[in-house]
Amino acid sequence: MNLQSKIPAGPLADKWTNHRDHLKLVSPANRRKFKIIVVGSGLAGGAAAASFGEMGYNVECFCFQDSPRRAHSIAAQGGINAAKNYRNDGDSIWRLFYDTIKGGDFRAREANVYRLAEVSLEIIDQAVAQGVPFAREYGGLLDNRSFGGAQVARTFYARGQTGQQLLLGAYQALAKQIAAGTVKMTPRTEMLDLVVEDNRAQGIVVRDMITGEVRSHAAHTVVLATGGYSNVYNLSTNAIGCNTTAIWRAYRRGALFANPSFGQIHPTCIPQAGEHQSKLTLMSESLRNDGRIWVPMKTDETRAAGQIPESERDYFLERKYPAFGNLVPRDVASRNAKTVVDEGRGVGPMKNGVYLDVADAIPRLGRETIEERYGNLIEMYQRITGENAYSTPMRIFPAPHYTMGGLWVDYNLMSTIDGLFVIGEANFSDHGANRLGASALMQGLADGYFIAPYTVANYLSAHLGEEVGASGDAFRRTAEEVRQRTEKLLAVNGSRSVDSFHRELGRIVWDDCGMERVAQGMQQALAKIPALRDKFHQDVRVLGSGAELNQELERAGRVADYFDLAELMCRDALHRDESCGCHFRAEHQTDEGEALRHDDQFSYVAAWEHVGDGQEPRMHKEELSFEFVQPSQRSYK
Amino acid sequence: MRLHLQIWRQENSSAPGRLVKYTLDDVSGDSSFLEMLDLLNEQLVGKGEVPVVFEHDCREGICGACGVMINGQAHGPSARTATCQLHMRTFKDGDTIQIEPWRSVAFPVIRDLMVDRTSMDRIVQAGGFISVRTGSAPEANLTPVPKGDSDEAFDAAACIGCGACVAQCPNGAAQLFTSAKVGHLNILPQGQPERYQRAAGMVARMEAEGFGSCSNYRECEAVCPKGISVDWIARMNRDFLLARLKGL
Repeated sequence: MNLQSKIPAGPLADKWTNHRDHLKLVSPANRRKFKIIVVGSGLAGGAAAASFGEMGYNVECFCFQDSPRRAHSIAAQGGINAAKNYRNDGDSIWRLFYDTIKGGDFRAREANVYRLAEVSLEIIDQAVAQGVPFAREYGGLLDNRSFGGAQVARTFYARGQTGQQLLLGAYQALAKQIAAGTVKMTPRTEMLDLVVEDNRAQGIVVRDMITGEVRSHAAHTVVLATGGYSNVYNLSTNAIGCNTTAIWRAYRRGALFANPSFGQIHPTCIPQAGEHQSKLTLMSESLRNDGRIWVPMKTDETRAAGQIPESERDYFLERKYPAFGNLVPRDVASRNAKTVVDEGRGVGPMKNGVYLDVADAIPRLGRETIEERYGNLIEMYQRITGENAYSTPMRIFPAPHYTMGGLWVDYNLMSTIDGLFVIGEANFSDHGANRLGASALMQGLADGYFIAPYTVANYLSAHLGEEVGASGDAFRRTAEEVRQRTEKLLAVNGSRSVDSFHRELGRIVWDDCGMERVAQGMQQALAKIPALRDKFHQDVRVLGSGAELNQELERAGRVADYFDLAELMCRDALHRDESCGCHFRAEHQTDEGEALRHDDQFSYVAAWEHVGDGQEPRMHKEELSFEFVQPSQRSYK
Repeated sequence: MRLHLQIWRQENSSAPGRLVKYTLDDVSGDSSFLEMLDLLNEQLVGKGEVPVVFEHDCREGICGACGVMINGQAHGPSARTATCQLHMRTFKDGDTIQIEPWRSVAFPVIRDLMVDRTSMDRIVQAGGFISVRTGSAPEANLTPVPKGDSDEAFDAAACIGCGACVAQCPNGAAQLFTSAKVGHLNILPQGQPERYQRAAGMVARMEAEGFGSCSNYRECEAVCPKGISVDWIARMNRDFLLARLKGL
């Protein structure tokens, strides 16, 4: 397989404009003749479905939640980047591009990242016109703040609920189209397979989560906007329902999976408090703007935070990275927190966290400002831990948060399956080996509002006049396979709950393919995962039937796919014998403990092809060439 | 701690439901209310009994998926807290907790604690948006919005669409939900062109969905996990009245 990234020629700043000018169009009169399936209704899927509907296409949108408004984009707290330069602090499209590609440790495509920075401007305009209540200054114009890893203030925010407000903007645009009849919305429906014939996406097979009915839907093109897979770790900041099944099924049908091991561990989450915890809660890293991170100097510290004098505190990020201090990129902040906890200097009852302290900011900015900026986060922290962050520093620790890896797509966001587009977190395209803060919302909306509407039209233009229907052999075969998988899970009738397997799998992946990775650990994981998977298929207990609402069955299907994904993640992490961004191989670090890349060997995207069960997947390389920037060793000193 | 649970079990929307008693041991005060239900379900599965169906997703109080009546109170006893954010340290050893689904004509029970809230989506579809084609927006800073207005709009926009306001209202009214969306958009300059159509359309849809009328009990405000004020209802009523006068 020869991977064609289809990056347009020409100067970086002109690539997207030139490309867009030459993409084929579908005339308004013909658009209703095309059926587009969008799976997922978050920022990417909701924005795309609304935009397609408004253009006049015949759209069908699916989500597993009871309403499209609940997609997990809603939980993003901190903000969204855009190179508006409203602060006159020297920001520009080039700088946003450069920060993003550098933050990704030079493992992303220049052209994609530049385009992202370019359309960031339009996103803010669009959202504001929709009524998204971004924070404003007293003059009535938009406010900005600086965010992890950036030396300019380019982040737009809506208190600590930026994702919610942007999602509601997209959801409302979608609601208008649903009312207009251009989008048919089908909630409580889970995509369980992709129908492919002649390497072309024909439609999807879904399960109605209320009746259990397995149905097929055909379309001219399928757009997956199904988010990331951090829940492979069991404990992550993702919503409980987030899962890999849609993209994993597409992978098994021929879409390549790129850089599966690139996952981001978010530095500022509330540490785990007990065994039966179901998820970890993220505190926006915007707290790092005004909060200082520290641990006690000595191990076995028993005093409460307030009793530890300034001279016995170690502000380890400020000490090690004087230029960036507490605002170093997420992976650097996370790894440093792990290091001090591993040294025995962790805080809290389980000694599994570090302090994030806003005490110094209160006299400087006033309590009112702190409340305005972080009030809801501090409230949330109190609800979960029972502690008051105004008087006691918060405790934080890293947790899996976002996956940069995902289905491989070309510059048009199309996967290796013809007619299968993948947008938002579900693809791999823009963040390389590490994502900068406030750029996930940017990418989801860029793909959904401003890229897919052009590139999907270009694809459709070649298929005018083709009829689609879900009655063919490929549909029958795929739906039958879905039914068999369901029956197989129900037939085991073993002794252990789905969650108990998920917890065990999560521990393996966290220990061996988490924040810090070594070859030996991953080799062990590659032995442990298949053994646990066998046990799962022999001993899992799923009660009830497939022909009804069955939440255990839903979870069992997702966990079954996590086993296979976890294996691919470990394989990818093992093969990449270098460190880059979030992929930190302990064998490869600088004297300062930074990720040490090996550009001569690994300056490529690893795209994995499924070749059959029980066989090793085949790896394909998309070489990354840097024409416009010089990959440098990151240094945040 | 040991808890005595009384949970509403109902097989489907047409079957009769009933309260079933369970006793649950070793519940940690640090676990959330939903983690307590996870623990119960894990034990039920172990015994070969069908687990309790309940809705949830983000578990950090923002998606609005979760929500049950806890001892007759929507989202339970803690103020401004969604069910997923309610922690068991609020209860004490030996407590009896009654758990029921949202109760409203417009929210039919699907199973156990899960209800159908698509009626709220349809209210939004009836005007809860600002019409702006993708790509047609003007430069964002062309329209200054007074900070006070913007902050107020945000207060209303914070609604998570959980439906607690409806569940708690003796009339099963959706005024707080509807007015929060009307208010968010109607206070902003961008929302002015469609202001009165919005109020008229959303109110009409709300009534058609079978929600009750508002008679100022203010129970909605008391249970709202986002603390949305009933002032929005008064503002919506004003816009609705003006819409009527305009013949909309």
